[in-house]
Amino acid sequence: MRVMVLVKANKDSEAGVLPDQKILTEMGKFNEQLVKAGVMLEGEGLHPSSKGARVRFSGRQRTVIDGPFTEAKELIAGYWLWQVKSMDEAIEWVKRSPFQDGEVEIRQVFEAEDFGPAFTPELREQEARLRAQSQKLKKGS
Amino acid sequence: MTTSDTHRAIDAVWRIESPRLIAGLVRIVRDVGLAEDLAQDALVAALEQWPESGAPDNPGAWLMTAAKHRAIDLLRRNNRLQRKYEEFGRDLAARLEGAAPDLDAALDDPVGDDLLRLIFICCHPVLSTEARVALTLRLLGGLTTEEIAHAFLVPEQTVAQRIVRAKRTLAETRVPFEVPRGADLAARLSSVLEVVYLIFNEGYAATTGDAWIRPALCEEALRLGRILGGLAPQEPEVHGLVALMEIQASRLRARVGPAGEPILLFDQDRTRWDHLLIRRGLAALARAEKLGGALGPYTLQAAIAACHARARTPEETDWARIVALYDALAQLAPSPVVELNRAVAVAMAFGPAAGLELVDALASEPSLEGYHLLPSVRGDLLVKLGRSGEARAEFERAASLTHNARERTLLLERAAACPRGSAHP
Repeated sequence: MRVMVLVKANKDSEAGVLPDQKILTEMGKFNEQLVKAGVMLEGEGLHPSSKGARVRFSGRQRTVIDGPFTEAKELIAGYWLWQVKSMDEAIEWVKRSPFQDGEVEIRQVFEAEDFGPAFTPELREQEARLRAQSQKLKKGS
Repeated sequence: MTTSDTHRAIDAVWRIESPRLIAGLVRIVRDVGLAEDLAQDALVAALEQWPESGAPDNPGAWLMTAAKHRAIDLLRRNNRLQRKYEEFGRDLAARLEGAAPDLDAALDDPVGDDLLRLIFICCHPVLSTEARVALTLRLLGGLTTEEIAHAFLVPEQTVAQRIVRAKRTLAETRVPFEVPRGADLAARLSSVLEVVYLIFNEGYAATTGDAWIRPALCEEALRLGRILGGLAPQEPEVHGLVALMEIQASRLRARVGPAGEPILLFDQDRTRWDHLLIRRGLAALARAEKLGGALGPYTLQAAIAACHARARTPEETDWARIVALYDALAQLAPSPVVELNRAVAVAMAFGPAAGLELVDALASEPSLEGYHLLPSVRGDLLVKLGRSGEARAEFERAASLTHNARERTLLLERAAACPRGSAHP
């Protein structure tokens, strides 16, 4: 199964302060372990929310809100996508990461199989059609 | 934490640590079976102690220490280790009693040499292919005997027997615990890659059994391939195999229709391909190509798969490049099946007549006798050439040869769609 590991923002990451050499080295080592264990699929760090934007929906109306956003703990500073055998394996790997404070959240990525019987052939077909349409839209743009 | 929480956490630690733990122990005791027993004993100790004491900060080092204590106990009481002791003299005792820095070193294995040695031992040519696969999944994938049996649709007893015999063979033939060098390396590496690809294909091609099999075996093979990529980064064919598996796996969910019917490459909804895996596959292929030298068979197959992966629609496929790659593959690893694939590519690149010429040259190939894809491909080309009467006969022949009911239906439909008795143009 795949999990997305979400690293929450903190004051430093939101202020655009880059991690110091020691943390970067430790993080590099940890990433290398993940790669060597065949767990790491991809991972990226994100710019602070001051460079981001939100779009809020209300019926047909769309409102664009520019960053920064205030609730640092709820913001994401980076993510990994991992291939693991179980949620427990993901938890065990996260425990080994070099973070000293803050919080990391692990979420399981949905696969078509997870929908079980509720994801009927018709729904699959519908999903396929939607994907095909969105692809056409992308090409058209 | 409840006891069951702790047990699940220990399972996860085992999954992460057991290959390195066993690899480190094999280096010390020089016996795969004994190393696995010691590692298992350490696991039992963890199951007994961690629920009380909590998980240690460095679980890997804890397990290694526990395994070594167990080995020392055995050394004092047990003939099995006593024999090893005599073989290696005081050396073994010294290694077991080793000071703390040595202990860390044993587990640290920063280059991963122990792990690489373990992979080479599990895939050693003295073992049968089935034994290599079982041992690799067991020691490197951390799969239980039951899981392996389940995946290969054989009784658990059979798998257990294979593993026991494999360990005995390794001990009796005194297979050295080393990374092969020089001329030996190429042959041994190809044995390793063969095992990994076999595991992948077992998952990829599985048409029977429950849904668990396919993704789990493919994922396991991919993980092993990615690990190998980290351990032997200078070997182009390792990256070639990883690229091939990543790209093939990217099509897993597009290969089967809503009713479970197989969907061929050209009919697949390409938006359902896994673009993360494609990206990873193309990156691995680039690594293989960058290492230089003539491309090996896995890298060539990956390059062919990549031509399809890069095409957003079937029409965008770079057929001329695929023909060139099949030419190279046919030279390196000639086989009638490769020839047939090359003929299809030639037909797509240079027209059906050119393809038909190559297919006809294969008509007398004994190994393709009874292979339904030969008449099926021929029928396809004949349709394109407007020779529908002949095409109809080929589709009917293909339908009579296939063992797959859905495929038979499809071929008979194609036969029926060819107007009977149309004259040759």
